[in-house]
Amino acid sequence: MLLNGKEMHIDCEKSLSELLTDCGYQINTIAVLKNGEVVSKKEIYTLNVTDNDTIEVVSFVGGG
Amino acid sequence: MIDRFIIGGHEFNSRFILGSGKFSLEMTKKVLENSGAEMATIAVRRADSGSSDNIINYIPKGITLLPNTSGARTAEEALKIAMLARELGCGNFVKVEVIRDTKYLLPDNYETIKATELLAKQGFIVMPYMYPDLGAARALVNAGASAIMPLGAPIGSNKGLVTKDFISMIIEEIDLPVIVDAGIGRPSQACEAMEMGCAAVMANTAIATAGDPATMASAFKAAIEAGRMAYLSGLGRVLKDRAEASSPLTGFLED
Repeated sequence: MLLNGKEMHIDCEKSLSELLTDCGYQINTIAVLKNGEVVSKKEIYTLNVTDNDTIEVVSFVGGG
Repeated sequence: MIDRFIIGGHEFNSRFILGSGKFSLEMTKKVLENSGAEMATIAVRRADSGSSDNIINYIPKGITLLPNTSGARTAEEALKIAMLARELGCGNFVKVEVIRDTKYLLPDNYETIKATELLAKQGFIVMPYMYPDLGAARALVNAGASAIMPLGAPIGSNKGLVTKDFISMIIEEIDLPVIVDAGIGRPSQACEAMEMGCAAVMANTAIATAGDPATMASAFKAAIEAGRMAYLSGLGRVLKDRAEASSPLTGFLED
C-alpha cells in the first residue's frame, strides 16, 4: 500500500483508524483520502484498508 | 449608518484577512493578535506523523478559518481539497485558489469559476482568488461566490496595486465584497485599496518579509482602518491642471 507516497506493507486487512494510530497520527488533527476519495470523520472508524490501497493523510498548515 | 462588513452572512469587525504562510507558529499568533484580523487563511498538506504541533493551536479561538485550495490545478482538485478541509473541521468558508502557472502563480480564472460553482453547490461560502477581469468577476457572481478576490500583483512580490485600474472596474460593477489578495507590499498600498472601495485586504508576504513582522502587522491594521474611514468620508477632489490657494487671496500685508 501507499501512505503519503511511501510504500508500506500490512499483512492483512486492518481498520483505517488502527493504521493511522499505529503510524503515529492524531486522528482529530487529520483528514484522509482513500484511493482518491475523501473519507469522512465517521468513516475513519468504520473503514478497513488492505495492502492494495492508496492513503493520503493531510492536516492544516500555515499558508496563503 | 453603521459600517458593516458581511461575507456569506457572517459579520466581521476587521477588514484585514491574514495569510498565515511564512511565519513560525509563535509568530503566527503574534501577528494575528497585532493585526486585529478575524479571518486567517490556512492550507491543506500531507501530515507529518511525527509532528506534535499544529497551526490550529496557534490561531486564537474566534478567528474564522479560511482554508485555501492551494495545490489545486483544476476545479475538481479544488473541490477535493475543500472537502478535506471541511473534514478537518474549519466551518464552511473556502478560498478558491487554482493555479497552473508555476512562474507567475497567476490564478486560472476558468477553473476558478468552475470550482466556485461546484463548491457553492456543496454549501461552502466561496471566496475565489482571481485575475482581475470584469467578465470573470461577473461569472464568479453567477457561480455563487460570496466575495471576489482580485490580485494586486503576483503572489509574494510585494509590488502593490499593479492591477489597480482593473480592480476599480470590479469595485464599480460588482455588488459583492471585493477583497484585494496578493501583491500588497506595504501598509500604504493596503490603505489605497481601501480608499478605492475595497471591502477588505488580504496580505501575508508584506508582513512576513518585513523587518519586524509583529510591528508591521500593527501598521497594516492602522492603514486598513484609515483607508476605510477615508473611503466613507469621500476623498477630496483632484485638480488636474491648476492649483487653488489654501490661504486667503485678500488681506495681504502692503509694503
